[in-house]
Formats: sequence, structure tokens, C-alpha cells
Amino acid sequence: MTPTESSGTPLIEARGLTKRFPGVVANDRVDLVVHPGEILGLLGENGAGKSTLVKMIFGIYQPDEGQIFLRGEEMTADGPGQAIARGIGMVHQHFQLVPPLTVAENIVLGAETTRGGFLNRRAAEDEVRELSQRFGLIVEPSDVVEDLPVGIQQRVEILKALYRGAELLILDEPTAVLTPQETDELLGIMRDLASSGVGIIFITHKLREVLAVTDRVTVLRRGKSVGSVDTADATTESLAELMVGRSVVLQVEKSAREPGEVVLAVDGLQVRDDRRQMSVDGATLQVRSGEIVGVAGVEGNGQRELVEAITGIRSIVGGSVTIGDHRVAGHPRRVRDLGVAYIPEDRERDGLVGNYSIADNMVLTDYHRPPFANTGIRRFDAVDANATELVERFDVRTPSIETTVGSLSGGNKQKVIVARELSHDNKLVVASQPTRGVDVGSIEFIHEQLIASRDEGDAVLLVSAELDEIFSLSDRIAVIYEGEIVAMLDPETTTREEVGLLMAGGGESDGESNGQVAGLGADGAAVD
Amino acid sequence: MTTTSPAPTSPASAPGSARSLLGRVRVDYRILAGLAVIAVAMIIAYQWDSQQTTAVAARTIREAAPLILAALCGLIGERSGIINIGIEGQMLLAAFVGFMVASSSGNLILGVMGGMAAASVAGLFLAWTAVALKMDQIIAGTIINIFGLGVTSFLYVQGRTMPSVPNWPIPGLDELPLIGSMLFSHGPLTYAALVAVVVVHVALFQTRWGLRTRAVGEHPSAADTVGVRVYFVRYRNLAIAGMLAGLAGFALLQSASVFNRGMTNGKGFIALAVMIFGRYRPFGVLSAAVLFGFFNALQAQLQFRQAFDIPPQFFGMIPFVFTIAVLAIAGLRTRPPAAIGQPYEKE
Amino acid sequence: MERLAWRQVLLPVLAVVLGLVSGGLLIFVSGDNPLTAYGGMLEGAFGDTDAVGRTLEKATPLVMGGLAVAFAFKAGLFNIGGQGQLLLGASFSAWVGFRFGLPAPIHIPLALLVGGIVASGLGALAGLLKATRGTHEVISTIMLNFVAANLTDWLVSRDGPWNDPDGGALARSPLIQDSAVLPKVGGLPTGFLVAVAAAVVIWWLVSRSTLGFEVLTVGANPKAATYAGISVTRITVLAMGISAFLAGLGGAIQTLGVNERFEPGFNTGLGFDGITIALLARTNALAVIPAAVLIGAMDAGSTLMQARTDVAPEIISVIQAFVLFFVAAPSVVRWIVRLRTGDDDRAIDLGAGWGAA
Repeated sequence: MTPTESSGTPLIEARGLTKRFPGVVANDRVDLVVHPGEILGLLGENGAGKSTLVKMIFGIYQPDEGQIFLRGEEMTADGPGQAIARGIGMVHQHFQLVPPLTVAENIVLGAETTRGGFLNRRAAEDEVRELSQRFGLIVEPSDVVEDLPVGIQQRVEILKALYRGAELLILDEPTAVLTPQETDELLGIMRDLASSGVGIIFITHKLREVLAVTDRVTVLRRGKSVGSVDTADATTESLAELMVGRSVVLQVEKSAREPGEVVLAVDGLQVRDDRRQMSVDGATLQVRSGEIVGVAGVEGNGQRELVEAITGIRSIVGGSVTIGDHRVAGHPRRVRDLGVAYIPEDRERDGLVGNYSIADNMVLTDYHRPPFANTGIRRFDAVDANATELVERFDVRTPSIETTVGSLSGGNKQKVIVARELSHDNKLVVASQPTRGVDVGSIEFIHEQLIASRDEGDAVLLVSAELDEIFSLSDRIAVIYEGEIVAMLDPETTTREEVGLLMAGGGESDGESNGQVAGLGADGAAVD
Repeated sequence: MTTTSPAPTSPASAPGSARSLLGRVRVDYRILAGLAVIAVAMIIAYQWDSQQTTAVAARTIREAAPLILAALCGLIGERSGIINIGIEGQMLLAAFVGFMVASSSGNLILGVMGGMAAASVAGLFLAWTAVALKMDQIIAGTIINIFGLGVTSFLYVQGRTMPSVPNWPIPGLDELPLIGSMLFSHGPLTYAALVAVVVVHVALFQTRWGLRTRAVGEHPSAADTVGVRVYFVRYRNLAIAGMLAGLAGFALLQSASVFNRGMTNGKGFIALAVMIFGRYRPFGVLSAAVLFGFFNALQAQLQFRQAFDIPPQFFGMIPFVFTIAVLAIAGLRTRPPAAIGQPYEKE
Repeated sequence: MERLAWRQVLLPVLAVVLGLVSGGLLIFVSGDNPLTAYGGMLEGAFGDTDAVGRTLEKATPLVMGGLAVAFAFKAGLFNIGGQGQLLLGASFSAWVGFRFGLPAPIHIPLALLVGGIVASGLGALAGLLKATRGTHEVISTIMLNFVAANLTDWLVSRDGPWNDPDGGALARSPLIQDSAVLPKVGGLPTGFLVAVAAAVVIWWLVSRSTLGFEVLTVGANPKAATYAGISVTRITVLAMGISAFLAGLGGAIQTLGVNERFEPGFNTGLGFDGITIALLARTNALAVIPAAVLIGAMDAGSTLMQARTDVAPEIISVIQAFVLFFVAAPSVVRWIVRLRTGDDDRAIDLGAGWGAA
């Protein structure tokens, strides 16, 4: 029963893994092999079944069919505890760190050394320090995790796995939250770990990273393994085709822009975040009608607060936001009445009411206006007619307009928001992470809608963590770093590396930026 | 000793905390200032009227004791991720069972144990509704309150008595002026409350139990992925916390010596305010409870002495108005454990 | 559609049955015959027209208390201050009732309104503290209960301004004037009709008006409400105010229709009753009426029950605690009766905003 391979016993081998959830087969007879010291890229679209697969290997899910072999021995883990004990470590997409605890406390949690029931802090911190030096993952054990940048938190996660003796490391979309520079650092760390004998499963949907660091790639599509290739033999195009199942147009078609007058002017804006830190501090930015301005930046550099201040949701501490010739001062409804549409970053938290019907969500911002209400009394015939029309026009896949929004897929939820927001007669569209967690079909559709808005003369402010999205949609790129717009660039003449450097705060040392850093605000229009 | 930061305070630890024998000790200067003002006022008042000042000082601690125990019950629950608004009911159940056991057996130790067991079972019930049934925790706590009030009133019969709880003055120390009667001439449950503060603090910040408890209350799935049994921790901690509520209930008998219907009179809820004002930290709870105890004692003394021509009902309002005022001041600046109130579902 | 309606009724009915069975066990254990006890309760509640009248009379403030809790639930708020709000409503309506002489068509509505409005201030205060200071309404409304109890005690105490000069040492207000008394129409208390009307108005408000939509949205997802341009502060204050108005109106109806004066400490426990009723009605305003009649019947029947069996009327709170538990734990009910039904969604999440904003 022991599987053999030419290159020795694999560290882990999965055979014919199948996992069904009500209504879907998340994994359908998937095979996977990782050898010691090997980096396997696990590539696939959102919803292709990557997370399900690794959760079975990590023991969070039990497979319905198939077997997993660890160093040749069949493994049945009924919980992550057993997987950890056998040397499997996983860094989750959403960090599994306790924010108010220290680095050392987080690392030893669940495997504490105690002396008569008391924690031995010094021993724990020494151990963590030693481990962090051995693997070149520099952290300070006594730092409190919530005060650390995301990249360092990720190191803590990796150390947590190594502390437990992980020989197989599963990294679930680890680069999604990192700057290009941090990403490069992580890829370097992965190579070092691999050369010390650790096997790595690297989950991502970014082809560039797969090509840069992996030894082999397994591609999943709709729960099935559609191919396993040596990275040396793969190209961007071949992997993309495997992943999506057809050759994809990576470029969005759009006509030349014809910008008009300034619709949105942000001037020296200061906004506090929920922890009362000044997370937008002196941001200046303008968006004209008929153009898309993309805001590029590492998450947590004030994007959320910037957008919430513009839409009136968050109060402004200093500076100003002007839309048309109205100054914004709180009051989300007054901002909307100026002709502002807003696609929020966290759609389930901010943009939808999960237990409301599609029909009610479609009027979430207009329920009080004719024809949907009259003197405070709701008019349900108009509400239903509106929903029927928008579901049709924006291709929302749903059994009925009475279906609760919470039961729709991510892509369809987003279409409900896009339908509601873009069906108005807008002047300004603010779209924050509009395609996060959305399937490819819906991404294309949403991109087309944003470009259509721009072509109708709307000013569009696009905030995205995906540089690809920023580059393919934007007419101008604003880079945000620590709450300030540090550069305004032309996507035609700038490079990803340059934007990445600015996102990481590398702007000042490189003052001129090859002359492509256009003047802020109004001067941006001159870049063409 | 360190400062408080202006930002909302993390309940577990934060930059600016220092270490001492007791681990990270954080001092809230506003509470400390309040206590200092009281202390100075007491010393001055002592020069003027030593007898009354001593009475107020002793009563302050006596009034604070049940609040401390009850607030620690709430604190352990919330640190484990479960909101407990059923403390009022737990205290009533404990006082009732404790009284019945003590009165029929004539043994106070058995009475205390009976009371602790009753409140602990109620704590386990709360954990069960939260963990297994995923019931709304506020409603679950309300059920405990209604049940506690109802069943103790239903089963109560008048005319029973129990042995009175002895006073344990500490020889040598109890003779000290002011301090002696304030700290060293109390009943056993008052000492238990003061000891419990230290024990819970050390346990929470220096032991494996505490580390795991805090992890479960802040980020249960993180704890789960490293093999901490979230459900087990919640059951166990709610049972332990229930014992503290049991002591709190029995502490009411310490002064009353007899069970009365609804004798908690809102103390279980005031304890929640003490917990929040104390920022979910044991020494914060101690300070906040002393503050509450002081105003109660002052109120009672003034009313007793009829020092002012104010109707007694207005004195009666003081603790409740004070509670609301304190919460209105402390509320926005206090950050509760992140996972409270939400049922945890394993993947 | 009919099956759906049946399912919605099934769970509360089962919860009541299981609550009665559990209470019966307790009665049995304490040495009485539960069947005799419940028989007495039933007869005392519905035995003759007088009994029915008494049941409806008891049910009237319960309808209002249940509506108060149910309406606040819609906005995601837990008003357990019904008791204090009721006391304020009762005392102030009594004041209008004894202090002024007006024609009945003006006097009655005026007294009702004053009671409701004063009480709504108490609720709005709790709402304001929640919205602006993050003070959880469960604590603030309970604390305000004690404040209201002390305040109304004082108002009618011997030193208070509204003391009955003919009452000797008794703390109570004078009798209200005849023009303020809510009449009975053919044995049916008018107050009950007012309560039913209030239920209909609240039902309409929640399901048909834009204000209701705002309240529901704040309750379901306050972030999304802010996004949609709804002021969460305004709705929180308003919802607590309306909720307290309903409880205060309940106190006023009780004063004008039954007690005809204010005495401290009547109807204690209404806040808790309201919670049971609201959850039993699954927060539906119209369903509050039968739920309140049920609890009112227990209350009305408890006197006869005690006369026949020595079972103390406090058993009702115990039964209520059981009913509340079963209605909040559908999975337990399903397990006990081996019922296979669809999902009972967790309608309420009150833990949000606990301790801080």
C-alpha cells in the first residue's frame, strides 16, 4: 500500500480526494503530491476548490472519498490538532492570531511550557527568538501582534507552524495582503524553507508568483484537478488557459478617455480610523468626469477611511471633500443625493442586508423616495417592478426577487450592489475592491459596467488591492501610502515595480521617479 | 507602573504595559484618582469624626465584596467569550440554596458549597445554551434571571433561620486606626473577595489557563487551530465563574443572615457595570467596586444619620444613577473581548 | 403558504406545552397535583364571563409590555426596562386623572398620552446613551427601573407632592376623577381594545412604513443602515422611545381602567413578562395579543389555583422561564418531540455593541 515514486517517498500524497457540500462537489477525485523540499503551486480561480483541498489535508474537513498518505503512511486526521502533531502547518488566509497577545504568546499558544501551571515567558521568548533567527524570520517576541504590520504578522504565522515542527507548510493565498516588495520577501523565505527540506503548498491565483517560486503546479478548476505540470515547462498563457478553461483576454477593452470638469476634489483630507488613529492624513486627489482614477495601495493605508469620508459615512477631521460644488460633511444621504454611487469594500457588512429579499436590497438606498414610497408608506408594487427589471438587466442569477440576498453567491451579491448603484443617474462612482472574491465571469461583467459608467461621463474612483485591476481599468493611478496620495501616475508609462515601490513607501528616496510622477491633483490631467 | 493610553484600551495587554511580580499591571488613572480623592477625604474626615468615618470605610469594603465576586464571574465569562447577564439570577439561586442548606444543616460551610454549586450549575446552563444551542446569550442570561427570581420566590418559606456568619478580625491588624476596620475586621466572604482579585489576576495573565482563556475570548478559531478546545474552555470557565457568583450570593447572606425574595436588588447588573468600568481586569474590578461600595456606604450613612432633609427614595437612586453615569463615561473607551456574544462554530 | 404559517405557530405552541409540563413537574415535586392546579388555573381564567373579563384585564398591560419588547427587538435593542416605563406611565396618567377636570373624550386620551410620553423619555434616554456613549441598554434600562421605582415611590409617599390626603400613612395617589376612568363595554374592558389597536398600529408601522424599514434595517445590519443613509442614532433613540411609550401606555391603561389611582410597586415583573410574550410571538406585533392573553390567563387563574392546591402564584414566573427557554431553543423542542421541520432562524442578535459602541 506504500506508494513509491522515482524521487523517493513523497512527503504528502493525496489520491482521489472527493468532498461534497450540500448542492456542490467542492473537490472531485483530486490528486496531489508534494516531496520534501519542494514548492507546489496550487492554482485556481475563486471557488475552484483550493481551500477545500488543503483543509482536508490539514484535517479541518474529512474527505468523503479518497486517501491521504503522509510519508507513505495513510493518514486519517479528524481535526487540525492531529495534522499539526504529524508535522503539517497551515497559514490561513485570515490570520489565526490573537491580536492582543504578544508574538511569543501567539506562537506557544496550545503548546505552552509551564512551570507548576505558570507560564514560562522567558523560555518561550528565548525559544521564539532562536527559531526566528534560524529561519531568518525576524520578529520581536514581546511585541503585541495587533501593533505589527501585516507582513510581520504573517511571519508570526509561519513561525507558529515551524514551532510545532512543521515539515509541510500550507500557505493559503499568503500574498493577497502584501505589497509587491513584501511578496518578494515572502517568496525568498519560501525558497529558504524549501532548501532546508520543508515541503510547501502555495495557494494563489497569481500566475506571476507561481512562475517565480514553485517547482511544480497543480491546477484546479471547478473542483477537479485539470493538470499538474513542472513550472519550468509552463507559461503565463498555458497556466491561465488551464485555470479558466479558455484562453482569457487579460486586457480590458476601453476607448481613449475624454476627461471633463472636476467632479470630486479631495484636499488635504484627514480622517481617523476606528482606533482613532489618523489613518488618512493630508490626502489630496481629484477625479474628473469621464475618467477612472485607480487608488493603489497596500491594505490598511487609509483606503477604507478615505472612501468612507468621501461618501459621508465617516466624519472629516481636517481638509475637505468637494463633490461638484458641494462640500461633504458627514450625512451619507446628502452625499448620495448629489449623485454619488458607492460600491463598498465589504459588501456583506456594509452594502447588503443579508436577511432581506433581493427586492428590498435593490431599494436599500432609495426606499424612502417615490416611486418606492409615498408620504412614508412603502409601495411594494414599485419595489418589485424595480427588482424584476434590475435582475434582468444586470444578470443576477436568482430563483426569485423574494430570495434573501444572504443565500446568493458572492458574484451575484456583488451584482445586486452594482445594479442598485449603477442604475442611478450618477455623477461620481466610488468602487472599493469591486471584484474581490468574485468569479471570473462576474469580474468581466463588473469591469464592463465600470467602464460604461466612465464612458457615460461619470467620474469613477476605483480602490483596489489588485494591481492588475488598477492597471487595466485606470486612466490615472493614485498611490496611497500611510494616508497620503504619494503619487499620481499614468498607467501607460509606469510599471508595476514602480507602483509597488511607492506603495511600500519607497517614493521619497526616489524623488524624481523618472519624471513620471505627475503633479498631484489637477496636474494629473496633463499626463497623457 | 505605567500609563493608560488615550486609545481604547485592549483588555489583554497593550503597549505601555510593564511587568512586575504580577505580570502586566495596568493602572487606570481616572479610577486611581477617584480612589485617591476618597482616601484623602476619609483621612480628613477621620480627624473630624473618627467613628463615622470608620463606619463608612468598613461598609465600603463590605458593600464592595459581593460586587467584586459577581463582577469577576462576569469577567471570566466574557474573557472566555460569553456574555453573562444572568449573574443576578445566579446570585439569587446561590443565596437561596445556600440559605436553605445552611439553615437545615446548621453548617455554614455546607451552605457556601451548596450556593456555589447552584450558581455553577446555572453557569453551565449558560455555557450549554451558548455553545451547544447557539442561543442568543442575552436571552439565555435573561432566562436565568427569570428562573432564579421565580423559583426562589416559589420555593421560599418564611420563618427559617441560619447560623450567622462570623466576623474574623485579624489579630493585631484590626486595631489599626481606620485601616483596621476597613480591611482587617470582616467576615470570611469579604476576605474571599479580596483574595479572589489576586488569584484571578495571576491566573489570567500568568498561567496556561489564562492564556488559553484569553485566546478563546478574543479569537476562538485561532485557539482552535492550535488545538485549544474552545467548547471545553467555555464550559469549564463558566462553571468556575459560577462558583464566584455563588460566593457573591452567599456574601449577601453574610450581612442579611436571612434570605429575602429578590434580595439581590440589581447587584448582579451593577456588577456588570463594575466589570466594564474595571476594563475587564481584576484590579480594575477591585477599584471600580470600591468606588461603588463607597457611594453606597456614604448613601447609607447619610440616610441613617438623616444628615440632610432629602427623601430616602433619592438616596436609594444614587447607586443606579451612578452606575449609568459611570457606564456613559467609561463605555466608549473600553474594548471588550472581541469574540463575546457570538456562538463559535467549528468549520 | 398555509404550511409555513402552521410551522410558525407550532414552535410557540410546543414551547408553551413543554413549559407547562416542566412547571407541572415542579408542582408535583413540591407535593401538589399539577392537574388539579392547572384545572384551577384554567377555570379561574376562562370559567365564566367574569373570569374572561379578568383574564383580558390582566392581559392588557401584558400586550403593551410584549409590544414594547417586540418593537425594540426589531431595531436590535433589548428593552428590559418595561417595568420602570410602566410605573412612569401609570403615575403620570394618574396625576392627569386626579389633578384636572375635563370632559371624558379629552381627559382619557390626554391622560393616556401624558403617561406614554413621559415614559418614552425614559426609553429615549437609554437609546441616546446606547447610540452616543455605547452604554448597553440592558444595563441602563434595568438601572432606570430602579430609578423610576424610587421616583414614583416618592411622588405618592407621605412627603411626596401626589400623596392621597385621605390615605393616612398609605403611599398612594388620590383616586382619578370619573371623567378619566376607562369604561367597560359589556364586560369587555375598553383598555384591552386600546391595546389591540396599538398592536395593529405597530404591525402596520413595521411592515408597511418607511420608518419600519429603517428600524428593521438598523436591527438587521447597522453598518448597512448607515451606508443607506439611515441615522442609526436617530433610529435607536426613536425605537427605544416608541418602545417605552408602549410600556408607559400600558401603565396608563392599567391606571385608568383598573386601579383608578397610582400605588407603588404594582405589576412588578412586567418587563420580564414582556420578554416572554415578545419571543413567544416571534416579535410579530399581532401575535403578541394571543401570547399576552395566554400569560394573562395564567395570572388571572393563579388565585383559584392557589385556593385549590396551595401552589404559590410565583410558579407562573418559573413556567415563563421554561417557556422562554423552549421558545429560544427550537433545537431542544425538536429533539424532545422528534419533530422534523425546517430551519428556525435565529431572529435576534442582542450581543452586538455589548460593553462598547
